[in-house]
Amino acid sequence: MAPLIPDIIAPEYNYLIALIVGIGFGFALEQAGFSSTRKLVGLFYGYDFTVLRVFFTAGITAMTGVLILSHLELLNTDIIFVNPTFLPSALTGGVIMGLGFVIGGFCPGTSACAAAIGKLDGWAFILGATLGIFSFGEFYPLLKDFYLMDAQGPVLIYEKLGINRISFALIMTFIALFAFFATGIIEDKVNKRPVSLLGGNPKNKVLAAAIPVLLVLLVMVTPSRKEFVMSKLEAKAASGECKPDLIDADKLAFELTNNYYKYNVIDVRSPEEYEKFHIATAINIPLDDLHSTAYRQLLNQRIRTNVFYGASTQQAKQACLIARYHGNQTSLALEQTATQFQETFYGEITISDDPSKQEKTVANFRQKAAEKMTEIEENLASREKPVKKKMTRVQGGCS
Amino acid sequence: MDHSNKFMNPYLAGVLLGFVLLVTIYVTGRGLGASGAMKSVAVSAVQKAAPEHFEETAYYQNYAADHPDGPMKSWLVFEMLGVLVGAFLSGALAGRLGLKLEKGPGVQNTTRIIGAILGGFLFGFGSQLGRGCTSGSALSGMAVMSFGGIMTMLAIFGGAYAFAWFFRKLWIKG
Repeated sequence: MAPLIPDIIAPEYNYLIALIVGIGFGFALEQAGFSSTRKLVGLFYGYDFTVLRVFFTAGITAMTGVLILSHLELLNTDIIFVNPTFLPSALTGGVIMGLGFVIGGFCPGTSACAAAIGKLDGWAFILGATLGIFSFGEFYPLLKDFYLMDAQGPVLIYEKLGINRISFALIMTFIALFAFFATGIIEDKVNKRPVSLLGGNPKNKVLAAAIPVLLVLLVMVTPSRKEFVMSKLEAKAASGECKPDLIDADKLAFELTNNYYKYNVIDVRSPEEYEKFHIATAINIPLDDLHSTAYRQLLNQRIRTNVFYGASTQQAKQACLIARYHGNQTSLALEQTATQFQETFYGEITISDDPSKQEKTVANFRQKAAEKMTEIEENLASREKPVKKKMTRVQGGCS
Repeated sequence: MDHSNKFMNPYLAGVLLGFVLLVTIYVTGRGLGASGAMKSVAVSAVQKAAPEHFEETAYYQNYAADHPDGPMKSWLVFEMLGVLVGAFLSGALAGRLGLKLEKGPGVQNTTRIIGAILGGFLFGFGSQLGRGCTSGSALSGMAVMSFGGIMTMLAIFGGAYAFAWFFRKLWIKG
């Protein structure tokens, strides 16, 4: 799952990639006309709204793209860089930047584009920006408290607004389309041209506007990949086509006490539940994470049979089906729940007053098995646990 | 028709820019940026010119801690080198290369240069306070729906509109 760096593409290539995307970035900005200062400030005087069009279109494109990639589980949005929120400094800094924009006629990225094609004002702006950054560094001790005030971390706007991600994307798309429409009218008025609402080719314009809306709606109505796989599996299980094989608690205990190394016992409950009690030798992979490619190898070990158990038999069966879906045909599901297993072996073993021989044997077996399993678990305490991959957020932003 | 007017359709350019940003996020997990590269230049200038001061100042030391290979060995510096190359290519293809000074009607050259330096100064200062500029904070922030990024974006454009009237003589007639 993306981001491709550092797992799929080595971090050593990061600078090369920076250079390549930079070329694309510079090319797109310059093609859009962002190397022209008069075109840029046109936004603030109403004679040219190119900046708004390019900027909003780019934002919506990238946002929708991120949404689609994460919906298809191709991009892990939990680890991509999200600018942290420090509201006082963000707003003050923003207003100062706005002032700089109308006085200098550029922003840093566009000034570089202008400089690249030989605009002297672009170079002057870069010089100024570098000095401005330098002076911030010099005044940092005075500004530090304000700079770090109200740290909220990487908050997402839809969380703040209390709506879901897709609704926000849809709202944003409509705002953009409305802005394109309204600024078209303003631009014509300011330039004293006849107002042409859908001038050019109206059919194409409507079509172009419909594409982002449709894409977002598509994400909204289609199930995510995980949901899709699960529903498919459940349908198969319901039709009896794919029945998970079950293993009984006593049988599992017997196998564990005799040849535990042939089994890969997996607890699919939450880590907290796992901590409280787990069957000897069991490792913990919560059901929600079982789809992750990180565990694919672990689940497909030829010499070991997977045994899944959970808080309910249903959970264990589901896990078993997921493993099957990913190619493991020998997986088993424990018939009993984790709690039942615990009670059977570690709870009080009650025998009736006049026990039959079989009853005695079972009780005896369970007692011995419990001891043995505890022993095995203790001996294995230091064995390899599934590699907890530490996912850290990517560092980014302008610092 | 004047060659220099042939800009790409803004919506098409926007989609192109959006895809560049999307690819960046997909590959590296981070967004685009611009002011950060200028910060690298500023920090390394301080390091060269006043090494003692560099060692003493917390702000530069924080930066040095994040960039152990030196201030210029930063992702954004390489990205900005790319921007210069990309913009140059685009300008060359469209016939827009040449030493020029663009300004509003009736504005003197010195006024424009001073304005650009002063505006740049403010933008640079503000980008540090706001943790990113139009690229790193506003555009990339919008793509990942960052609350802080979108608030900075609103402040930049809101601020620019609020101040635009006072500086209209720099850009428009009358």
